[in-house]
Amino acid sequence: MITGSTIIFYLLAALTLTCALLSVSTRQIFRAAIYLLFSLIGIAGIYFWLQYEFIAAVQIVVYVGGIVVLIIFSIFLTQQAGEKLAKQKLDRKIFSALAVFCGFALTMLQVYQHNFNNAATTSAPTVADIGRKMLNVDQEGYALPFEVISMLLLAAMVGCIVIALRSKPETK
Amino acid sequence: MMNPGLYHILFLSAALFFIGVYGFLTRRNLITMLMSIELILNSVNLNFIAFNKYVWPEKMDGLFFTLFIIAIAAAEAAVAIAIIINLYRSHQSIDVGNAEDLKY
Repeated sequence: MITGSTIIFYLLAALTLTCALLSVSTRQIFRAAIYLLFSLIGIAGIYFWLQYEFIAAVQIVVYVGGIVVLIIFSIFLTQQAGEKLAKQKLDRKIFSALAVFCGFALTMLQVYQHNFNNAATTSAPTVADIGRKMLNVDQEGYALPFEVISMLLLAAMVGCIVIALRSKPETK
Repeated sequence: MMNPGLYHILFLSAALFFIGVYGFLTRRNLITMLMSIELILNSVNLNFIAFNKYVWPEKMDGLFFTLFIIAIAAAEAAVAIAIIINLYRSHQSIDVGNAEDLKY
């Protein structure tokens, strides 16, 4: 029985994996960034398919709108136009592919041998549930990690400014 | 073709993780290595969400882990790009071979 939801899942998975593969194998760095963007959009689509709409929205806002744009700007700042990445040695590629394939096979073997006790799927949590739990100061709340993350973001921002600050020339 | 469930999503996220590892092993440009790390982090997020939905649907721990991982990934990418731009200023290249000069 093939339903529309099944077809959509396979399309999204194919988009994600194809774009991820192209992103790590293309020799033009700008194209790698664009393929990464489409791969992240595919993952956001999978979150939508799983009915976790809030996570999908966060994925699009933070990854697609933030991190990929940051990466593209840093490519503009550091790369000459039309310059291709250096070709890698063939033996390194072969050994990496071999190691990755073995790791993947091992992981999937373990996963398929393990039997997860599937629970009956209930409805996905709404944004109200997420907000109530995130700002809850009880035992099961996430108020403390929330505050720690805000401090981390502040520290990262200050650190970025300090690191990327152009130091003044020494000569006067 | 089967109805997609937990195992399909685990397959997808494992494949994504190892594609990211392949990129991390073969690339020698710092920005492309950062892109591979983003792929790896995304596969982990996908795993958390899948387990949250299919194994413990009444809890929300996987969802919160994903949210916090996304926030930390944003901070990590910003710091990494600041370091990369600083490295480019001093060496005019962002090859990973130059990165060991950062310790001096």
